[in-house]
Amino acid sequence: MANINLNGRDVAVDVPDDTPLLWALRDGLNLTGTKFGCGIAMCGACTVHVDGQPTRSCVTPISAVAGKKVTTIESVGSAKVGAAVQAAWQKLDVVQCGYCQSGQIMSATALLATNPKPSDADIDAAMSGNVCRCATYVRIRAAIHEAAKSLA
Amino acid sequence: MNFRIENAFQTTRRGFLKGGAGLALAVVAPGMASAATAAGPGSTPADAAMVDGAFAPNAFLRIGTDGAVTIVSKHLEMGQGVYTGLATLVAEELDADWKTVKVEGAPADAKRYNNLLWGPAQGTGGSTAIANSFEQMRRAGATARAMLVAAAAEQWKVPASQITVKHGVVSHAASGRKSGFGELSEAASKLPVPAEVKLKDPKDFTLIGRSAPRVDSVAKTTGRAVFTQDIKLPGMLTAVVAHAPRFGGRVKSVEDKAARAIPGVADVVAIPNGVAVLAKDFWSAKKGRDALKIEWDESQAYRGSSDAILSDYRELAKTPGLAARKDGDAEAELGKANKVFEAEFAFPFLAHASMEPLNCVMKFDDKGCEVWNGEQLHTGDQFALAKTFGIKLEQVKLNMVYAGGSFGRRANPQSDYLLETAQIVKAINGRAPVKLVWTREDDMRGGFYRPLYLHRVRAALDAKGMPIAWQQRIVGQSIIAGSPFEGFLIKDGIDVTSVEGAATLPYTVPNLHVDLHTTNAQVKVPVQWWRSVGSTHTAFSTEVFLDELAGAAGKDPVAYRLALLEKHPRHAGVLKLAAEKAGWDKPLAASKSGKRGRGVAVHESFNSFVAQVVEVTVQKDGTFKVDRVVCAVDCGIAVNPDVIKAQMEGGIGYALSAALTGAITLKDGVVEQSNFNDYPVLRISDMPKIEVHIVKSAQKPTGVGEPGVPPLAPALANALHAATGKRIRTLPVGDQLKA
Repeated sequence: MANINLNGRDVAVDVPDDTPLLWALRDGLNLTGTKFGCGIAMCGACTVHVDGQPTRSCVTPISAVAGKKVTTIESVGSAKVGAAVQAAWQKLDVVQCGYCQSGQIMSATALLATNPKPSDADIDAAMSGNVCRCATYVRIRAAIHEAAKSLA
Repeated sequence: MNFRIENAFQTTRRGFLKGGAGLALAVVAPGMASAATAAGPGSTPADAAMVDGAFAPNAFLRIGTDGAVTIVSKHLEMGQGVYTGLATLVAEELDADWKTVKVEGAPADAKRYNNLLWGPAQGTGGSTAIANSFEQMRRAGATARAMLVAAAAEQWKVPASQITVKHGVVSHAASGRKSGFGELSEAASKLPVPAEVKLKDPKDFTLIGRSAPRVDSVAKTTGRAVFTQDIKLPGMLTAVVAHAPRFGGRVKSVEDKAARAIPGVADVVAIPNGVAVLAKDFWSAKKGRDALKIEWDESQAYRGSSDAILSDYRELAKTPGLAARKDGDAEAELGKANKVFEAEFAFPFLAHASMEPLNCVMKFDDKGCEVWNGEQLHTGDQFALAKTFGIKLEQVKLNMVYAGGSFGRRANPQSDYLLETAQIVKAINGRAPVKLVWTREDDMRGGFYRPLYLHRVRAALDAKGMPIAWQQRIVGQSIIAGSPFEGFLIKDGIDVTSVEGAATLPYTVPNLHVDLHTTNAQVKVPVQWWRSVGSTHTAFSTEVFLDELAGAAGKDPVAYRLALLEKHPRHAGVLKLAAEKAGWDKPLAASKSGKRGRGVAVHESFNSFVAQVVEVTVQKDGTFKVDRVVCAVDCGIAVNPDVIKAQMEGGIGYALSAALTGAITLKDGVVEQSNFNDYPVLRISDMPKIEVHIVKSAQKPTGVGEPGVPPLAPALANALHAATGKRIRTLPVGDQLKA
């Protein structure tokens, strides 16, 4: 059992302590926007924010986030930066299969929250942990610049 | 002879039945009669009716009384943009307001939703979705439009010919009357379905060719899109399976006490190729799976190694195979030649490695079997499940949800992961719905790879430096052998997918011989089509070898190709366009940091033509970066140019990933890779700049999901050669340029 602040609400999660946050969200709390891709923090599909930091939820036990603020794709758009990122993604039609895009958007939002005008190199550094097998990378880069512009 | 996969599929009507399970025959036969009429919407007036409170003039479209337009996609959306493409076709002829258009997946029903290029079978693959639907979907839209107009004409008592439709509004200019689709839908549903409708002249298109925004963008950027992984049914159990470590291994004994003791674990069951742990959630099931102690019976297991397979193939390549194409006498010409050019090309097994690891949700009760899946091969999967459960085809209900990628993998001719789910469901007597979840490791080690291939190519040039003889030998496993597709994709012992792209070499070579050794008897690795199928290897060997010949002849690689493509204007067209846009006639800008090089390749697959120019910079230590790819594509009429552009970008990235690092290797029958740590895939930092140019065309549209892949690896290898003088003939490139 762990208490977390999830998307602005306090919730109690009744799962064993070693359960990764990813599976607590998906199976325990029915929030399925956060995706399972690799289970070893190599693909970024499971990225959420823990106290604002991009975090791979597939290797983060629920016990490690007790008492912390967790934000997922389901509510990232309620803040200004997340909304701008989603809008840019939609404007440029970034998505293909879409399975990795929740994680991409969470990583991009975290980047823009700390670096409002990232260079291509900044984007590469911040986004290299997020795999997209459809290889939508050209548009991910363009959409991050687009979101930065819209927030400026 | 024509080796194109989709042409082979056109003969499916007989082929599928011949090759398919005997049980299938009686079931599919009634569908055959309607397969022809399915091409035209609303084959009988009875088809028009209010369905769920909406006007449904045919199987592809519903218009609600609120004006909402729902388009039913018979094809799987796995990223390729087919929902957007099919909706564009319907909305174009319907003159709908794009903002009101929604798309949902069709049920499994080959009578209404068959792939017109596959005869009586429903499914998505071979880059056929738009090609087979272009007229069908437009007719679906035009029929509905005609009925809405007829309903308005009746209500307003004006001639139908005076009524116009634009952006979802039906109007009569003279009387000033206007109406949305919703208000007219009920009246329209009572009218007879017209037998004939007039389709628009392409010059009047307002959506086709204009890049309508994707219909799935919002759902996929907000976490709301539903994939198989997201399905949750009441009482559902999640199954995680311990698979045999080697292909063909079986369970000898299981000690499951520790697994059963894990909280949340509901059951442990043996299935033919493993042991499934069922639990209330994934994490409990996975812990249970990891706690199993299994002794495997490996008496029938395959114990080959990639290195040994390759050396066996090298031996085989010394002897003639079955001829796939024979023009003139290449052997004789090579015997006479002063100089014979010769090269060997090697290709590893490749995993599809879609972002969504394989999974499937299934339940079974007295009504039948119901499945939730990123469903790609409806009819084949229906046959397989009906047989497994001993039920009728129509008792297999398939709910097609978004697939998190596939690249071919979810269209498994053996229905592998669906049958694994069915075996688990059967083992628990259907007492709960089951979600099978493969971990990334299960997915990576689960087989059904792009086969390992070896090519040996020999050629001779005439006095002018042009190829006079070309002899190409291909050695590898057949994807099709043993599958239900055998009847129509294996011709005279040749799997057309093993040689496509080589047997169809477009260049003028008077003496051309392509032959094939099929190795399924000795190599027991499960193999499958992988985005662009045979062209994944044939484009590489042919386009790299041709580059070598151009170099030997002292000719420019573009000019040399163009001289040999006189009979293939569409190949020549994309090649010229890519070269022009890449500035091929000007020297490549130098770099302070390393040696630069530029390479080109052109290839046709699935009736689409793609040329790419790749630019690289190679450092002293042999590391390199792909700086830019310029791509030209001719896929006939461009239904949605932005989706085409996206598919070229994605195809280039997917191909580059495989070319740089992609390799599944076997050692003593065990797959050596497991996850993205040891099967590295392309990341954003390695993605080049990409420019896509689309040839303006009035030809019928062809596919774009796969054709962006084949030219990339050969163009890259040719660029690396231009920069360093070193020929890459084995994929992946890996560390070959490092000293």
